[in-house]
Amino acid sequence: MAVHQVVVDVVLKPEISDPQGQAVLGALGRLGHPGVRSVRQGKHFVLEVDGDPDEAELREIAETLLANPVIEDVELHLRND
Amino acid sequence: MRIGVITFPGSLDDVDAVRAVRLAGGEPVALWHADDDLRAVDAVVLPGGFSYGDYLRAGAIAARAPLMRSVVERAHQGLPVLGICNGFQVLCEAGLLPGALTRNSHLHFRNRDQGLLVERADTAWTTSFTTGQQIVVPVKNGEGRYVAADAELDRLEGEGRVVVRYAGGNPNGSSRDIAGVTSADGRVVGLMPHPEHAVEDLTGPSVDGLGFFTSILAAAVAA
Repeated sequence: MAVHQVVVDVVLKPEISDPQGQAVLGALGRLGHPGVRSVRQGKHFVLEVDGDPDEAELREIAETLLANPVIEDVELHLRND
Repeated sequence: MRIGVITFPGSLDDVDAVRAVRLAGGEPVALWHADDDLRAVDAVVLPGGFSYGDYLRAGAIAARAPLMRSVVERAHQGLPVLGICNGFQVLCEAGLLPGALTRNSHLHFRNRDQGLLVERADTAWTTSFTTGQQIVVPVKNGEGRYVAADAELDRLEGEGRVVVRYAGGNPNGSSRDIAGVTSADGRVVGLMPHPEHAVEDLTGPSVDGLGFFTSILAAAVAA
């Protein structure tokens, strides 16, 4: 059975402050990269699934476990190659 | 009155919660996350700690544990539930309480005795207090910053859902100094500070925490 890779990116909603991203931004400034204006830190999940990915099921997985929709947004990327 | 205390893998404060229940005069009942039987308890306490290592998000995996399905189902029927620290995070992840707990704004783990203002003295877990009373209990967390969208915070404030608010300084950057909230029916309460660590003069900064546990016993007597 073919194995397909599915990528789920999870980022904090824009209105939720991200102190971790801000700490990275501070470090970039100290490292001589003043041109970076903003950093938002998120999570990147790579799932390998048997057979054709079921988008509805994967969206449910992403929105009920991988992300907390109260504070996070989800991007689902199905790769069929 | 039988008060269940759930132990998840990674729970730390379940023993203190059991002790607080006993000191308040209740009968503590040990519950295990992997069971689905609530053992006929009259109320449930979700203790502090780092359930399932807090992998993914604090409380996220614990919120999907088998026993939590029973807790959610019974809470919707009025079972009183108290979530302390990690337990509060679990209740938010389980959808029983609004909002979420995120990394402290200063990124440090903060551990200190904390002043709290009691704003709701009529929930199942706070009737031993008076509205406007200030209490002191320990706070200790790294992901205790309460957040929600502004409109949601406005709604919660409008409905009087804030149970306790930080007084004398906000330890983690929580929105609007919110330390604890309640469900609409006042039966489910979650807070980041630790009342179970303030139940004896020998070990706590006060015995103010005992009030949460005596409140639920009084509710049972009145019922």
